[in-house]
Amino acid sequence: MDTPRGGVLFSLFMTPSSTGRFGCFGGSFVPETLIEPLLELEAAYASARRDPKFRAALKNELATYVGRPTPLTFAGRLSAALGLRVWLKREDLTHTGAHKINNTVGQVLLALRMKKKRVIAETGAGQHGVATAAAAARAGLPCVVYMGTDDMARQAPNVARMKMLGATVVAVTSGLKTLKDATSEALRAWSADSRETFYVLGSALGPHPYPTMVRDFQSVIGFEARAQILKEEGRLPAHVIACVGGGSNAIGIFTAFLKDRKVALTGVEAGGTGLGPGKHAARFAGGAPGTLHGTYTYLLQDKNGQVLPTHSISAGLDYPAVGPEHAELRRIGRATYAHASDQQAVKAAHELCRLEGILPALESSHALAYLHKARFGKNAIVIVNLSGRGDKDLGTLCP
Amino acid sequence: MPVSLARYLAARRSVGRAGFVPFIVAGDPSRGASLMAARLLAAAGADILEVGVPFSDPVADGPVIQAAGQRALAKGMSLTNAISFVAALRKDGVTVPVILFTYYNPILRLGVERFAKACAGAGVNAVLVVDLPAEESIEMIAILKKKNIEIVLLASPTTTDERLKRIGKLTGSTAYYVSRQGVTGIRSGLERDIAKRLEHVGKLIKKPLLVGFGVAEPAQARALAPHAAGVVVGSAIVKENFAGGPAAVRRLAKRLIAALEL
Repeated sequence: MDTPRGGVLFSLFMTPSSTGRFGCFGGSFVPETLIEPLLELEAAYASARRDPKFRAALKNELATYVGRPTPLTFAGRLSAALGLRVWLKREDLTHTGAHKINNTVGQVLLALRMKKKRVIAETGAGQHGVATAAAAARAGLPCVVYMGTDDMARQAPNVARMKMLGATVVAVTSGLKTLKDATSEALRAWSADSRETFYVLGSALGPHPYPTMVRDFQSVIGFEARAQILKEEGRLPAHVIACVGGGSNAIGIFTAFLKDRKVALTGVEAGGTGLGPGKHAARFAGGAPGTLHGTYTYLLQDKNGQVLPTHSISAGLDYPAVGPEHAELRRIGRATYAHASDQQAVKAAHELCRLEGILPALESSHALAYLHKARFGKNAIVIVNLSGRGDKDLGTLCP
Repeated sequence: MPVSLARYLAARRSVGRAGFVPFIVAGDPSRGASLMAARLLAAAGADILEVGVPFSDPVADGPVIQAAGQRALAKGMSLTNAISFVAALRKDGVTVPVILFTYYNPILRLGVERFAKACAGAGVNAVLVVDLPAEESIEMIAILKKKNIEIVLLASPTTTDERLKRIGKLTGSTAYYVSRQGVTGIRSGLERDIAKRLEHVGKLIKKPLLVGFGVAEPAQARALAPHAAGVVVGSAIVKENFAGGPAAVRRLAKRLIAALEL
């Protein structure tokens, strides 16, 4: 399956095992109360992905509500400055301003199909919360979003947006008060009421089947980008670059290129203020395999197996575990992972504003920063996944 | 072979009481205070002691045990220190069986083999890994078995009959029934039809059941006693221990034990 069928291609390249493993990573490490809800979700999703009606409904929603396909923009002045041919995949132009909406419209359609009465979600930067609130409003489902109080403070505009969209935002004050703790709280809420509640998980993370399902819903990014670059350049790119928090925008753009062995895939994690404990979220640089929130993957942890605090200037990358499929792609050598610091990301955001008139999210700015860090062939074709827009980050970017 | 948890529970039942299984968090509010609480609960008549290992991200726990875990972690508690905690109890002459309640990641970090060896050396009788479902437990069970340590697998209100049977085959001498959906915590009342559900679960698991999650008051314990081999009380004891200290824990234990008389 090399060309998108019906606009959305459900990837068959890296199908996880029946227990949701990508190699040794992934799985389902959750309390017993969540096992049956996950099995129910797995069965419902397996049936939906085969159902032409579901696929058609999703395709229509992506075209008429999300605004797909998103453009692939040639960044002429940035390219000239770097001696490359840089193309930007414009997920910042989707409805609600980030790739997160690709996944939430899919999961909310599934929630309706499963006749669930309400949806819940966790959020870090607030983009997934906004995207869930929007999709839920459109479906007429009540929506509750769990968000750490530290993130609520640094992403205040998104809190206001969620509330306007009719969602209830629950302030999470436990632990470090960021995405990690919001995710724990959402899992707890789901385990208390899984019969009526659908949990819309926002990244390619968590227990099976979430990493696969989120990957599938996000893979539209890469299938579009692949067709677009072939049309524009007549050949495949040398590099595809994306930022990696949980890793949903990255796996979304990587999936279509996995079989194109000559296309180098690079994920960029948050280097924060340095690689000391608590100063970054570069799981591959400072982590070790472990389990958190239901999945076995690279995890920032201490010698006792307690999860370490993380830091990133971008709330969306500020999480101690990486999606399990990324761990496997790295192990088999199909993708490589780098990191960019807070400072480099901020610099890259300002640069894109001045050179291209585009304000990128701080998350996406980590991928842009990598353009300065790596060595590429002269005039190499590079696609950067511009996963979201930076309006939400104005407080950080222009204090 | 050491005496199984089921044998302890059967012995208690034969004298007309359901098993009393209190839960404490090792290291909360300090190592010394939690050791004192454990000794006191054993002396008061606990049949099995459940010792919780604090974890940074306890997704199965409600606010009371979350807070206790945070306090214990701040004082330096860890998986290896919790195992030493059990060794210290044994040294003090506390002989009641101990279930170590933990999340999976600290075990992974230590290594399952090293974990099993340390548990055996400290006198841990059984292990409950709350985020390791039956399907992922096979290797753990085999390694623990070599050290004569039981695994306690969980079943819940949503567990299907097919999985109840599988859990029954894999678990040690008992299984732990989570009496309601959601996380640990203090709640009043019980699920409707709990007696019927327990009878059904017991039939399929074919092993005696420990019942917990949300049991805080003597009235709940009394209602469960005829239908459960043992009743686990966690958050209520952790809360009393933090707020009222040893005297308050002793009072609550006495009331719960009286309620478990058949």
